[in-house]
Order: sequence, then structure tokens, then C-alpha cells
Amino acid sequence: MQEKDDIQQEITSSMRNYSDIDPAPLEKAPTGIDGFDDITRGGLPRGRPTLVCGSAGCGKTLFGMEFLARGAAEFDEPGVFVAFEETPDELIRNAASVGFDLAALSAQGKLAIEHIYLERSEIEETGEYDLEALFIRLGYAVDQVGAKRIVLDTLEALFAALPNEFILRAELRRLFRWLKQRGLTAVITGERGAGTLTRHGLEEYVSDCVILLDVRMAEQVATRRLRIVKYRGSSHGSNEYPFLIDRGFTVLPITSVGLEHEASDERISTGIAQLDAMLEGKGLYRGSSVLLSGTAGSGKSSIAAHFAQASCARGERCLYFAFEESQQQILRNMRSIGVDLAACLEGGLLAFHNARPTQLGLEMHLALMYKTIRTFRPRMVIVDPISNFMSLGTQIEVRAMFTRLVDYLKTEGITAVFTSLTSGSAIDNLERTETEISSIIDAWLLLRDIETDGERNRAMYILKSRGMAHSNQIREFVLSERGIDLIEVYTGPEGVLTGSARLAREAQTREAQLDRTAQLELTRVRLEHKRHAIEAQVAALHAELAAEAAAFDTALKAEQGRDARFSEDRDRMATQRKKGPFAARQGKGE
Amino acid sequence: MPEQYILKLYVTGTTPNSLRSIANIKAICEAYLEGRYQLEVHDLYQEPELIRRHHLIAAPTLIKEHPLPYRKLIGDMSDTDRVLAGLGL
Repeated sequence: MQEKDDIQQEITSSMRNYSDIDPAPLEKAPTGIDGFDDITRGGLPRGRPTLVCGSAGCGKTLFGMEFLARGAAEFDEPGVFVAFEETPDELIRNAASVGFDLAALSAQGKLAIEHIYLERSEIEETGEYDLEALFIRLGYAVDQVGAKRIVLDTLEALFAALPNEFILRAELRRLFRWLKQRGLTAVITGERGAGTLTRHGLEEYVSDCVILLDVRMAEQVATRRLRIVKYRGSSHGSNEYPFLIDRGFTVLPITSVGLEHEASDERISTGIAQLDAMLEGKGLYRGSSVLLSGTAGSGKSSIAAHFAQASCARGERCLYFAFEESQQQILRNMRSIGVDLAACLEGGLLAFHNARPTQLGLEMHLALMYKTIRTFRPRMVIVDPISNFMSLGTQIEVRAMFTRLVDYLKTEGITAVFTSLTSGSAIDNLERTETEISSIIDAWLLLRDIETDGERNRAMYILKSRGMAHSNQIREFVLSERGIDLIEVYTGPEGVLTGSARLAREAQTREAQLDRTAQLELTRVRLEHKRHAIEAQVAALHAELAAEAAAFDTALKAEQGRDARFSEDRDRMATQRKKGPFAARQGKGE
Repeated sequence: MPEQYILKLYVTGTTPNSLRSIANIKAICEAYLEGRYQLEVHDLYQEPELIRRHHLIAAPTLIKEHPLPYRKLIGDMSDTDRVLAGLGL
């Protein structure tokens, strides 16, 4: 919460600084140093001295050198470099190593290097003196090249050589007056003292502009920072700005970006149809930032590769920052899942930038990324993974770095894809580890392994996606040589099932289905049998009945036959008795 | 044969320090190095290229070119002890 407030404050304060309007703008001399002129709103105070201080190796000399070299080469302002410590040869060599050709500028008469050699052991003070010889020499050199700029690196060497501080301080005051009278835009370097900006209090002579350079070691990695301690009569960014020394000085004013970026309504495909379907069927917003987080091997890079391929398929450049794998390794791995990044690379739409996170400090990384992005002008940037940066700084530093990066990318309308490796598989853990950056992310896809029945399977869901009604469902995703396939997971009374368990459960379900069908068939067959049986019984009964009827018929006929014979017999008997009248009557009466 | 001292004094015009330094070093040389020193006085306003050649920052500056060790004495030479120490006397 504290960190959030700090960052918010930092953002608002930098925004305030940038929205200030100078009532009477001070005339400024642009340094040409990348980013520095932005935070100072134009450069150093023209015609006035600026103190650049910092500890040994912080880049003071380089700052001065670049100020002069760019002044001479880009702004047609010749300069004089007054070196109290380094020889011209050393300076020329050092400058060449960061890309400045001082010898050429010197040959063109645009730059003079004055090396002032001081050896304490050779010097004996014998009374009153002044530094007029130095003034004459400087004046001579300034006139020689028509200098508008001068660097004194570092005046403090005088304190070591000249013990009479009283005279020296008086002469320094005179020197600063002289510089102003000559209208020289001056950079005075000074070594950082204990509790003071400079060891010998040079800051008391320079009231216009003081810049502090700092190099801090954290986890064995150097981080350089620049701060404008004061800038009289001018508004300026008041933060500590990271800077790097690469091809010259680069100061990163990315913090000043703020939250004023446009929000695009345009949607872009993720390159995975089923994922697009989960995102209202339209995919992601252009210029949004996406976080893909998950445990090792959960498929983050594979999804990122699909994003990259989709970007290239749209004909848009994609910049892939790979902080874990080499370019060749990524190409090979992605080919195995049917994503041909090599073609994108050849087409010039995809570029890789590989580096080990531990190689450089956070700011250096940010600066390099910032530089690469500006050069390549991509529409999509992939950072794979960002989690390795977590170890490079404190939470607040890492967060500040990502805020700057995300803000910068948003301002440029560049879609950002970050992958993040999370440790542990507990879902709480997955979500907690990203709290530093999750709030600045628009869409968060969480990849997780589901471990059951002796196997791990990949599952994905959308934890959040700002500005759209995204799917709330968990999908299993399967990597094959044809790419990523998102499959609806089996959900049932046993919970979410994936992989073999899902297949098994599906098979079981199928079997159960089959069983029921068979059962029904059986019942049907049985019924049929029963019907047959009953019909047979009915037939048998009918036959029995028929048989009985036949028997009855036969019996009846037999009986009738017997009757007939009986009557005949009676008649015959009656005829017999007719021989007597009584017998005949009796027979008739029956 | 005592060693020859080669001394060069660089001043800036006719400032009080310049004038004092010339007077002081001459007196010291006469007192301690009589007959075995060469003293040249240069005005840096007239010969500014000497500043770079001899790495001068202060004025006045006296350079003891010979005998070795090479020394630079800065100031108006009013601190005689220091001047003598610087000259190795």
C-alpha cells in the first residue's frame, strides 16, 4: 500500500513538474543527451555553469564529454574540455569507446582539449599568487575554437595541488564570474564528498544548476541514476532518473509518461482461435498489456509465440525480448509446436533481443528495451519472462520499472505481452507472486498445471481482462505439432479433470452410455422373447382348445351315432312288441 | 665549479604580485646564488603558449629547470624560507 502511494506520488509529482509553465523561460543549451533534455525541458542553463557531481566512476566525465561532443557536432557550439586528471589521449580513447570521435572534432577546430597537469610534489607555495595563468590559458583555448561550451573536469584537482585554500576559493569565485562573463555554458564536475555534494564544496559557487549522478550496487549489479538537485529558474523532473552508458549517455524520462494515453477500441487476435473465443470472440485490445503467468513448463512462451505469429500475420512488427532462451532455441521449440517464427524473422516483422537479466541492472535493461523499441518500432512487444527481473531490485524498483515500461508502451499504442514464471502450484501462490505488477496489467491469463493420476496437464483461464466480458471457464490446453488447442475441460462431480483423467472420464461416460443402450436392447429383446413365449403359449392353448373341440366333436358324433342306433333298436324292439297293442301304446307315450 | 641554476619566472603583466615576485627572487638569487644563476622573466600575457608548455596555472610561478629536481615555486616569493627550500638551498 505504501509502495503504491509512493509510486502514485512519483507519477503525480512528475506530471505536475511537466505541466508547470515557466513564466520567463530561461534560455537553455540542449545537451543532445538522450532523455536529458526532456527532463530539464531543454538542456542546461545557457551561459551559466552547471555542477555535475557524483562518486568515482559515475559518469561525470562522460556526461561532460558528450555535452561538448554533441554541442560541437549537432548544435554548432564548439567547446573546450579542460582535463585536470586525464590526458587528451586517454580522453579520446574513452570517448571513442562510447562512440564519439573527439580527435575528428578537434581536427575540425570544433573542440579543444586542454590537459592541465598538476603535480603536488613539484609545487612550493612562496607567498601570494593567483590563477591568472589558468585564466589566460582557458581564454586562449576558448578564443581559439570560438567555444560556447566548456567542461572543467574536475576543478577539485586544484585543491590537492594548491594548499592555500583561501587563495584557491577566491580564485574559484573569480573563475565562475569569468565563465559567466564569457557567456560560456559550463559543466563543472565534482567528486561526491561525505555528506556534501562535492568534496570541496564546489556547490557554493554554482547556484544555477546542480546534477547528481549516482551508481549503486544492488545484488552485484550496478544501477546508475541521475537527479537534478536544483535548477534555478526552471521546472524540471524531480525524480531520480535511471541512465545508462552504452553508446553515450541515455537518461530515461519514462516516468514522466503518466496516464494520458489513448485507449484503443481495436481488437487483435491472439492467434489462438479458442482463446479469442474466450475473449468475446474478438481477442485483445490493441495497446493493452497482457500477463501470461504460470509455473515452469506451463506453456507461457508457446502462447507468446502464437501472439507473435499473429502479429506478423497482420503485417505488424513484433519485438521479442527473450531473457531466458536464445533466439535459435525459441525458433526450434516453436517449430516443434507448428509455429514458424523463422519465417516471421526472415520477413523482418519479428526481431529478437536476447539478454540475461542478471547481466545488467534493471535500469540498464529498461533503457536498452526502450532504445530497441524506439529503433524497431513494433506494434507488439513480448517480454519473456519478466519474472527474472524480480531478483534484480526491490519490489518497488521492479514495480516502478514495469510501470514505466507499460506506460511507455501504452503511450505508443504497443500491445505488451509479459510472461511470468511463478513458483509453487498453489493457486493462491500463483496469484500472489504477481501482485507487484498485476495492477498495471489489463489482461491476465493464468496458466497452471493440474497434477492428477501421475501426470501434469496444462490448464488456462482468464483471471482478468479489463473492458470485456471474458469467459470464466478453465480450458485445458494441449500442445501439439499443430500448435495450441484449447479444450473444454471435463467438469463433473469429481471436479475439473484434464489429460488422461479427462479422457478416462470421457471414456467412462461413453461406456456408461453404451451400457445403458445395451441394457435397453436387452430389455427389448427380453420383451420380445416374452411376447414370443406368450404368443406361443396362446397358440398352444388354442391348439389344445382346438384339440378338445375336435375330441368333443368326435364324441358328439359318436354319441349321436349311438342315439341313432338306440332309436333304431327301440323301434325295432317296438316293432317286436307291436305284436301286442299294450306294448305299442307304452312305447308311443315316451 | 658550483652548479649553475637555471630559473624562469613567469608573471602576468605588472600586477603587484608580479612586481613583488621579481624583486624578491632577484634579491634571493643575489644573496644565495651570486654568479651561478640565470633568471629569465616571461610575461604570460605576451607569451601565452608558455602556459601550456609548462603546465602553468598560477602566477607568478618560478620554475627551477636546473639543477634537478624540477620544481615549481608559486607565489610572490615573499616567504624566503619556502623559496630556499624550493630551490634546494
